[in-house]
Amino acid sequence: MIGRPLSKTSRLALAAGAALVAAIALACGPDTYEIPIETPIQPKMDVSAFQRVLVAGFVAGGNEDIDANQETVRLLRSQLRTKSSLRVIDADILPLVEVAQDQNAGSAATDDAAARDRAASAAKPAAPAGAGGPAGSGAAADRAAQGLTLAKSIKDEKDLEPYERLFANTAYWKRIGEEFQNPLIVTGTVLFANRSTSGIVQRDQEVMDPYGRRRVVPVRTYMERKGFLLRPKFVFIDGRTGATMYSESYREEVLYNAQQNTPALSSYFELMDRLVPNFLSALSSQKIKGTRVLLK
Amino acid sequence: MKRFAGVVAAGVALLAAAPSLADAKGDAKSQVEFGINVAQRGLWREAIYRWEKAVEIDPKYAAAYNDLAIAYEHEGQLDKARKAYEKAIELSPNNEPIRQNYELFKEINDRTTAVKDK
Repeated sequence: MIGRPLSKTSRLALAAGAALVAAIALACGPDTYEIPIETPIQPKMDVSAFQRVLVAGFVAGGNEDIDANQETVRLLRSQLRTKSSLRVIDADILPLVEVAQDQNAGSAATDDAAARDRAASAAKPAAPAGAGGPAGSGAAADRAAQGLTLAKSIKDEKDLEPYERLFANTAYWKRIGEEFQNPLIVTGTVLFANRSTSGIVQRDQEVMDPYGRRRVVPVRTYMERKGFLLRPKFVFIDGRTGATMYSESYREEVLYNAQQNTPALSSYFELMDRLVPNFLSALSSQKIKGTRVLLK
Repeated sequence: MKRFAGVVAAGVALLAAAPSLADAKGDAKSQVEFGINVAQRGLWREAIYRWEKAVEIDPKYAAAYNDLAIAYEHEGQLDKARKAYEKAIELSPNNEPIRQNYELFKEINDRTTAVKDK
């Protein structure tokens, strides 16, 4: 279909109209302006009493390919060195899984002795039979022992949970604090585990339309995916008292196509990279860059 | 007759007020434009002063509240920023740029007010 050619007068009128619209638009200017901003974030806790920080170590597990304790300590120390005003103490990384197991063995032995004493006194002839009898005491001792069980190899969150008691042991942390002249102590737990899932996912697919042009369309397909889950808990301890000042937990995961073979270490760093700003914002002020739209 | 006179008087008063209302809106708009100009040069405090004036002149000016919220955000005054964004959304609920700005702000604000599981 071919349109009737415009007359010279119509063309002039159209051009004049377009020029007028352009002139009005220029005179009015745009109504939105994108502008970069930097939002300052105050630290979540007051660390003004400390000049130094000790990233002591982590109770870590989940994946045998990487040592999440070592990697986490190394990463946090280097981040704190460059992005906080605290001086980072270089010290041997504490093997906290072993420390917790030693403490556990010690307290279990004490509990056993106490349970035996209770059982012996309850077994005296004058004692009435029933809940307070030897059987009752034995059951209580068993329950206590079960509660103290620490998995030797940490595979999931359940294995990690009993280790949390370590952070409440103020005497231990106070001793560590004294050893390093009362710094802020950073510790916690890190679970870095394999993760696999399957289900319907949406992905973009390139197709040719009837005119031979390439187009990208969203396609829903069933996919097997595998990846990693990172679940760290950062605990900040006052080295002067051994008491926990603040703690926070995070959860991040990354999933890849099942055929893709991504090394565990690179996934670990990819996931930690997402969390590090949050970790740093707990103890030092940060500036978060972004853009906003100003309106007229 | 008295009623007619009253209606006429009200009409005259309205007509007299109309230019001053238009003037006020124009003033608020020029304050907002000046604020944008200085904010683009990094003079955020001056921008805040201008945008605060704009919302004082025209308390229903959603764009001015939006701009003010951004400036407060940039200055780290996050409580004030939240209130200004909420006011902007209340005045102009379907304004997409305001909503987007607010979403981005909330992401940061949530980070600073993360629940302490101490």
